[in-house]
Amino acid sequence: MAEVLEQEVKVKAPAEPLFSKKNRRLITDPLNDNNPITVQVLGICSALAVTVSMKNAFIMTLAVIFVITLSNLIVSLIRNAIPSRIRLIVQLVVIATLVTIVSEVLKAYAFTSYKELSVYIGLIITNCIVMGRLEAFAMGNKPWASILDGIGNGLGYGAILIIVAFFREFFGKGSLFGKQILGDWYEPNGLLVLPVSALFVVGALIWIHRAWRKNLVDIS
Amino acid sequence: MDLFNTWLNAAFVENMVLAYFFGMCSYLAVSKTLKTAVGLGLAVIFVLTVTAPINWLIENYILGETGIFGMDLTFLRFLVFIAVIASMVQLVEMITERFFPALYNSLGIFLPLITVNCAILGGSLLMLTKEYNFAHSTVYGFGAGFGFFLAIVALAAIREKLRYSNVPAPLRGLGIAFIITGLMGIAFLSLSGIKL
Repeated sequence: MAEVLEQEVKVKAPAEPLFSKKNRRLITDPLNDNNPITVQVLGICSALAVTVSMKNAFIMTLAVIFVITLSNLIVSLIRNAIPSRIRLIVQLVVIATLVTIVSEVLKAYAFTSYKELSVYIGLIITNCIVMGRLEAFAMGNKPWASILDGIGNGLGYGAILIIVAFFREFFGKGSLFGKQILGDWYEPNGLLVLPVSALFVVGALIWIHRAWRKNLVDIS
Repeated sequence: MDLFNTWLNAAFVENMVLAYFFGMCSYLAVSKTLKTAVGLGLAVIFVLTVTAPINWLIENYILGETGIFGMDLTFLRFLVFIAVIASMVQLVEMITERFFPALYNSLGIFLPLITVNCAILGGSLLMLTKEYNFAHSTVYGFGAGFGFFLAIVALAAIREKLRYSNVPAPLRGLGIAFIITGLMGIAFLSLSGIKL
């Protein structure tokens, strides 16, 4: 008897739970089958340039998660008030404001990283992931789902960034987060410190990812 | 001569795409056929040549400490620059539609998309770190745009030929485009260190 009652209550509940299966998929999908970098090919510019050290990749990940989550939330809240003709400008203003906040905070609390990341912090504005998610998701979904979508895509982006940075810093300098891991016997691979090596590492990641998930293979 | 060196430096030694990875998204997405790549490349040259000097003027006469407000407003840089770029793209779109309808039709959707091309904003931000004067920043904008044009046309031409080759299935499309760009980047590395 109690069971039946419980089921009825569940059916009647109008709001879906905060972490329903659908909402969890919003976070897990971008980590794998719908990864922003290896599948959607968005936000490559910054992903390649900042991955020379784990520390910078980590800071960049945090910055992008912050910007993408908050801009998704804000645009989702005002989505019905934005005239569709000027929506790109409105989205850009929201993003640019958030990026300015990130930039000023970094300048105040992590000045060396701010100097190293230099123009790439500003380029979060034109990071296609942020624009793409606003346009494709936040403009048509409720705030909570938009937040989850933002976090998911930020994490998917950050996962690739950190993997690439791991390879480049570990084999390029023999260190992680600036700490020397490999001893003197290791001859650092200078190629991996050069910016172009990021292209090879990401290319190889795409190869591995698509060999594993056959449905992602580009048939054209 | 000095100006020409700035141009060469921006177009080849510090190529937008191959040295700084600016505009990678559209570079990879639009390089499937040669014709569209040429269209996007031309549009980027145009917009960069126009926005770089405008943003230089704004930075030096409005936002900077020596500007008309007499205080350091550089934290507003991102907002102002992106607004300038968005409105310039809109203006360019209207002008080409009115006076060069053939060019407008061939560029199509790429014109509005240039607003969110990292190469444009990146060009303006990078120009500031180099502390150029007005003439140099104009030439820098043109050179950087030309570098983007060169890179995207080269990749598109290679990808058109690539259709006839036997690439491993998981590497097809995006994966091989990354590797080719990497190889092109290594080729351009041989130009680095040239002091002009």
